[in-house]
Amino acid sequence: MSDKEFNYYISGETGKWEVVIGLEVHAQVSSNAKLFSTSATKFGSEPNSQVSLIDAAMPGMLPVINKFCVEQAVRTGLGLKAKINLLSVFDRKNYFYADLPQGYQISQFKHPIVGEGEVILDMPYGTKKIGIERLHLEQDAGKSLHDQDPTKTFIDLNRSGVALMEIVSKPDLRSPEEVAEYIKKLRSIMRYLGTCDGNMEEGSLRADVNVSVRKIGSKDFGTRCEIKNVNSIKFMQQAIQFEAKRQVDLLEEGKKIDQETRLFDTKKNETRQMRSKEDAHDYRYFPDPDLPPLKFDQSFVDEIKQKLPELPDDKKERLIKDYKLSSYEAGVLISDKDTSDYFEDIAKNSDVKLAINWVIGDLFAALNKIGKSIKESPISSKNLAKLIDLIKNNTISGRIAKEVFELMINDNRDPKVIVEEKGLIQESNVGELEKIIEKVLKDNTDKVAEYKSGKDKLFGFFVGSVIKESKGKANPALVNDILKKKLS
Amino acid sequence: MSINKDTIKKISKLARISVTNEETDRLEKDLNSIIKFVEQLKELNTDKIAPIASVSDQALTMNKDEIKKINEKEEILKNAPEKNSNYYIVPKVIE
Repeated sequence: MSDKEFNYYISGETGKWEVVIGLEVHAQVSSNAKLFSTSATKFGSEPNSQVSLIDAAMPGMLPVINKFCVEQAVRTGLGLKAKINLLSVFDRKNYFYADLPQGYQISQFKHPIVGEGEVILDMPYGTKKIGIERLHLEQDAGKSLHDQDPTKTFIDLNRSGVALMEIVSKPDLRSPEEVAEYIKKLRSIMRYLGTCDGNMEEGSLRADVNVSVRKIGSKDFGTRCEIKNVNSIKFMQQAIQFEAKRQVDLLEEGKKIDQETRLFDTKKNETRQMRSKEDAHDYRYFPDPDLPPLKFDQSFVDEIKQKLPELPDDKKERLIKDYKLSSYEAGVLISDKDTSDYFEDIAKNSDVKLAINWVIGDLFAALNKIGKSIKESPISSKNLAKLIDLIKNNTISGRIAKEVFELMINDNRDPKVIVEEKGLIQESNVGELEKIIEKVLKDNTDKVAEYKSGKDKLFGFFVGSVIKESKGKANPALVNDILKKKLS
Repeated sequence: MSINKDTIKKISKLARISVTNEETDRLEKDLNSIIKFVEQLKELNTDKIAPIASVSDQALTMNKDEIKKINEKEEILKNAPEKNSNYYIVPKVIE
């Protein structure tokens, strides 16, 4: 089967099984202060240095909500084309754990701030719409370190109370590839909006993955298992592959799937049960008496809507229209806002075809090699534009341009300066070129004779020799023209 | 609705508060009388009334996204029964 068709199924002994996946993504809001306190949210600070009396859950402290976090939840909701709820309610989700000093997490259960929305995925087999069930605001917990001491756990409450957006998808995903695309798209939307930095290494974006399997053609969902807190796309994919296979094996043996919470062991590449059934959580949700309902009016939403930036899907459409890009090229550019900004800086005033080829070809390869992002690119968009202009106006050949590009990677110098300094300007003077060509033909009289007796392939040899003789500076198009005349 | 000893044991386990048998007896009596008192509300017909999350008509007031460093870690950690290198130390808990 070609990859133009969806074909992710688990082949069991009794037939093919379809995998059904839903994600609960936890995205940290890019705020300065926490959701209900004025402590800082900075990553990597000294342990317990960003903890207020509220975050440490001292008795009598009252939470006050951070308006910016509310706005970011609404912004993200609008980016997901979702319904915004003008009234939402904060609930207490009760559970006991050492890094949760309150004994409950403030979350939104029955009435989330954002309702149903959607995310569009570009898959090789076409676009696919993934439904969003809801988005709600909640507090993050502290961090536990279990590996510092054989009998003790170390607790850092810096993360305690940081604002998270939990984004719950509908069970619309059907393969690890779709999950990867979904996470990338969601991350890209939030980065365009500036609501979450999407940094998975720092834990700003992580997900609980719900997996179930069913026979192809079945309309009913199987019993699902939830894999908790997976923090990279690769691990999500591995966890799904393992978990789906495990469930298929169990069902084919005639066993039942227990609905349970599992964790993914990244070293053993397997999922396993986190806690037994009798220890299953009983959260006893109820509205937080410290927090009256969150209410705002439509004008609050409209104001945020007016300030929304261009989002990835719209940008893709515009790039295809404005620059005549292919869907693939536009797709590569929009996956990262910095990349599309960089491209547009160049394409606005320079040759578009050259711009796209240099950005997603040579520049991507070079950045990959030195392990830098496009934002950290040693070559500024301004200088790459200049290089492209030099090619376009025939000052240098494409071959010389690659040499200049290699030099630019080291010091981001103006390509014009490099070209002048190294004497790399393309030779387009017909008289000069004729001199070189005559020399080459004279040095290779035997080959000239062969060519004239019908060995057409030798033409390339002559072009190559002339360019070599000119130290790469000869204008290849002109060399072609003159050679054709001389050899006819 | 009434509360029996098993429910009390379950709740105390969830809250990680140990309750002796003697206390369980007392709690069972107290909690049941509280619930009976609150259950008077059931006499009202609320079929056509939407549930509310708060009795006050107030909405949330909001803070600006500004960091105000009010408490230092020394003060926060002063309340910890055990600490080490600025961490709270607790008995080992692994899920």
